[in-house]
Amino acid sequence: MPKIKINNIEMFVETGTTILDAAKEHNINIPTLCHYPDLNINSDCRICSVEIIGRKGLVTACSTPVYEGMEVKVNSPRALNARKAITEMILANHDANCTSCVRNMNCELQRLADNLGIHRSRFDSVLNEMPLDTSSYSLVRNPNRCIKCGRCVDVCANIQGIGVLDIMGRSRDSIISPAFNKALTEIFCTYCGQCSSVCPVGAITEKDDTDEVWHVLDDPDKHVIVQVAPAIRVSLGEELGLPLGSIVTGKLISALKMLGFSKVFDTDFTADLTVMEEGYELINRIKNKGKLPLITSCCPAWINFAEHEFPEILDNLSSCKSPQQMFGALAKSYYAQREDIDPKKIHVVSIMPCTAKKTEAKRSEMSINQEDPDVDTVLTTRELAKMIKQMGIDFNNLKESKFDKPDELTSGAAIIFGASGGVMEAALRTVKEVLEGKPLKRIDFDSIRGSETIREADIEINDVQYKIAIAHTLSSARKIAQQIKDGVSPYHFIEIMACPNGCVGGGGQPYATSSKLSRERIQSIYQVDRLMKIRKAHDNPAVSNLYTSYLGEPGSHIAHKLLHTHYHQKKF
Amino acid sequence: MIEMKLISKRFGKINPMSIDDFLALDGYKILKKALKKDKLDLLDEIQQSKLRGRGGAGFPVAVKLMALAKESKQPKYIICNADEGEPGNFKDRYLMENDPHEIIEGMCIAAYMTSANKGIIYIRGEYNKAIKIMKNAIVQAKEKGYLGENILNFDFDFDIEVRSGAGSYVCGEEFSLIESLEGKPGRTRVKPPFPTSKGLFNQPTLINNIETFATLPAIIEMSGKAYAKIGTPSSTGTKLLSLSGNVKNRGVYEVPFGIPMRKIIEELGGGTESGKKIRMVQLGGACGPIIPEYMLDMVIDFERFEEFESKTGAGALIVIEEGHDFFEILKKISEFFTHESCGKCTPCREGNYHLLKIIEKFINYEAKEKDMYVLENLAHVLHHTSLCGLGQSAPTAIISALHYFRGTFQKRIEASLSQEDAYAKN
Repeated sequence: MPKIKINNIEMFVETGTTILDAAKEHNINIPTLCHYPDLNINSDCRICSVEIIGRKGLVTACSTPVYEGMEVKVNSPRALNARKAITEMILANHDANCTSCVRNMNCELQRLADNLGIHRSRFDSVLNEMPLDTSSYSLVRNPNRCIKCGRCVDVCANIQGIGVLDIMGRSRDSIISPAFNKALTEIFCTYCGQCSSVCPVGAITEKDDTDEVWHVLDDPDKHVIVQVAPAIRVSLGEELGLPLGSIVTGKLISALKMLGFSKVFDTDFTADLTVMEEGYELINRIKNKGKLPLITSCCPAWINFAEHEFPEILDNLSSCKSPQQMFGALAKSYYAQREDIDPKKIHVVSIMPCTAKKTEAKRSEMSINQEDPDVDTVLTTRELAKMIKQMGIDFNNLKESKFDKPDELTSGAAIIFGASGGVMEAALRTVKEVLEGKPLKRIDFDSIRGSETIREADIEINDVQYKIAIAHTLSSARKIAQQIKDGVSPYHFIEIMACPNGCVGGGGQPYATSSKLSRERIQSIYQVDRLMKIRKAHDNPAVSNLYTSYLGEPGSHIAHKLLHTHYHQKKF
Repeated sequence: MIEMKLISKRFGKINPMSIDDFLALDGYKILKKALKKDKLDLLDEIQQSKLRGRGGAGFPVAVKLMALAKESKQPKYIICNADEGEPGNFKDRYLMENDPHEIIEGMCIAAYMTSANKGIIYIRGEYNKAIKIMKNAIVQAKEKGYLGENILNFDFDFDIEVRSGAGSYVCGEEFSLIESLEGKPGRTRVKPPFPTSKGLFNQPTLINNIETFATLPAIIEMSGKAYAKIGTPSSTGTKLLSLSGNVKNRGVYEVPFGIPMRKIIEELGGGTESGKKIRMVQLGGACGPIIPEYMLDMVIDFERFEEFESKTGAGALIVIEEGHDFFEILKKISEFFTHESCGKCTPCREGNYHLLKIIEKFINYEAKEKDMYVLENLAHVLHHTSLCGLGQSAPTAIISALHYFRGTFQKRIEASLSQEDAYAKN
């Protein structure tokens, strides 16, 4: 183990450790900018330049491994000057109008400049203003704020395996954009939003729909209701200053009431409904020798991906709408009827950990009256946090409230939708118990939990072995999809989520989400599940009630009309 | 005569399109000799020769060769870097256009020593003639059994193909070149890993300048020890120089290390054409330092050059006589790097443009003392923090100019101030 010195502190460090990691272990914080957990080390920004005694140039701490006898000075005058000069140059080519930026006070560049004590740049501004890309419903690209750190390029190409963003041009003309500077809507972007989640500045962000929500909340003619996805309750707290993984369900409901929503519902209710519909779809396909494997369809980025790149396997996708869209359809039919409200007056807002959901809500199929969207506005976790801050709500001191009836009743099966593997587990709890006709011995399917991006297992139902797979990240999805396309897929049932670790790691979640952080959120999700009285979707009396009073049975004609959809190849 | 022709001995004596001409002057003889020897003995010869890379950085050649020889992963690649794009350099082109088989012979020897079977010559896209000549030479060498399978009936296969880029200067940098070969934009990679462990398509790769390969036969022929006696202790052997600028006899010359620059300019170059005094010389090319006339007695030597944080570069001498606008020269250099930076790392992408903007202030008589300090500070930041050799060496001219010609900067600042005063009075 090499012995090294950083800032005169002696330490023994594993061979192969970088200076940056060695320093971190000893609570020495070396500033970085392009560095991001889970992504490649490109050392492009050069902010972490440090001095090694005896070496002429500076080295980047993120990429330089330690060696015996190495003596590092993090803040030698030369290193500090270089770090400042580089930051000043970034600022000179950046739309640094901070107060008008969505990342104000939550921006890595701003924080870096502040920590370095930069209040004035030595360099003249050299920013060439370029137009924004506002083409999509999900994401906005602002090239004037881009600092070319390359994180978005890396996450899109290497984690998601899509690669729609890259560095175009060279030298100071280089920009990060889709090929030929096309709009996001003209390329195979899935709107997963991972780019917006890793961006250190405000160069790529979710399309901000908060103004629209403020307006409808103020409109006396509108009945504004809101649904909340399972992953929000374990991540919103972080954005509002609470510890990582805090479970904030009750406070979240109170906050939404304070914002002025007439009713606050839980998307978990329609997640339970999804389990019923998808579970029966699976049972049917198995019984009637239908198309297998069946693949989950809750994730809109995955649907976009399949429609773009794997049109051959669209029949393998479950025809079930996502829980968000099932909720929207029911809100404007069943709920409107029951509450006797004109569906035209109902405005459905959903709070999602996801940017692709914004585009999903605008799909032409997602409108039961063929005119208005079933879900009118989709907000990300980040946008909701923004509204809570705008309202001046003291979130931490809020009293806890409960979801509105009738779907206050939800099951643990729905909660775990937020974690990779959750939809599969929820479905298996129902399918196995229904098919076997006897209670499950154990509700938790430990064998399918974990963090590997592709997991597979054999599940025994009525003495028959079924092969299932779970994939998260789109590069894993590609492998699974290719197998099906090639006719060599060994599976019966597959769950696919586009974002790393599932919706907890969604593109609309708080900034700086890493795998480590997502795993903590997943722990919280399983904890909520364990504490639930009802843990299987088919045990949820509210769901059974909906079937008896309105839908009939899973897969019925009306269920099909409201809860199912279809897919088609997308071309340009 | 101060010239010493080891690499250039056949220049002008053979038709580069004819392998028979080459064979008639002992061509491929050294390859045959090498193939009979043990690989380790050959590596030892190179180590004893103390040969340093001829592309600019001067890295010990034997270290790279041994690193590649140790790799067990196959395939291993031998890349000959002939992407000569540095302004003021033309010796690689001259080499290819005069003795293409010498390069092939050198690459074969390197491949044999390191157990590599695949070679690539990456030639600057604009060098049409050199590309044609090299391609022809490869075809001829294959026909005669100097390339291909079981070369000269030895258990050794080696093949070479010619590739070229789309005209980006940075592709002369080793990792940018490798990226370019992989079909990607020419942008460097972070090191480590180095090419010898993870190079082209992540396979072990040796990448050297074309002149380095061309030198290998000479070393094997005369022995490493004998080669090491030529030149100076830190810089052994001979160097091809590209002599250009305001001299009578511009061209490529091969001289041993250790010759003073003044001698080269006067004896080989014939002094300035106009008879004017030399004001300064830029060494190595656009990425090299600018030195004043009084330093021309300095000898050409790696160690001597490193003293002022510069490399000998690829061996260019650009002579600049009295009468040229000093700041226009710096501007041309800055424009070049602003254009050629790949844009990957911040200091080089943003910094070169700021350097250019400040130089323009000097040209426009708008510079203040502060600008000189910002220029100097920024030039050092680029030098110390850029990711690859391009960014690190881009400010060399400015750094050296600020060192040796500081008075010129100060005079311009004073002139700017008095001009400002004059405007104020009017």
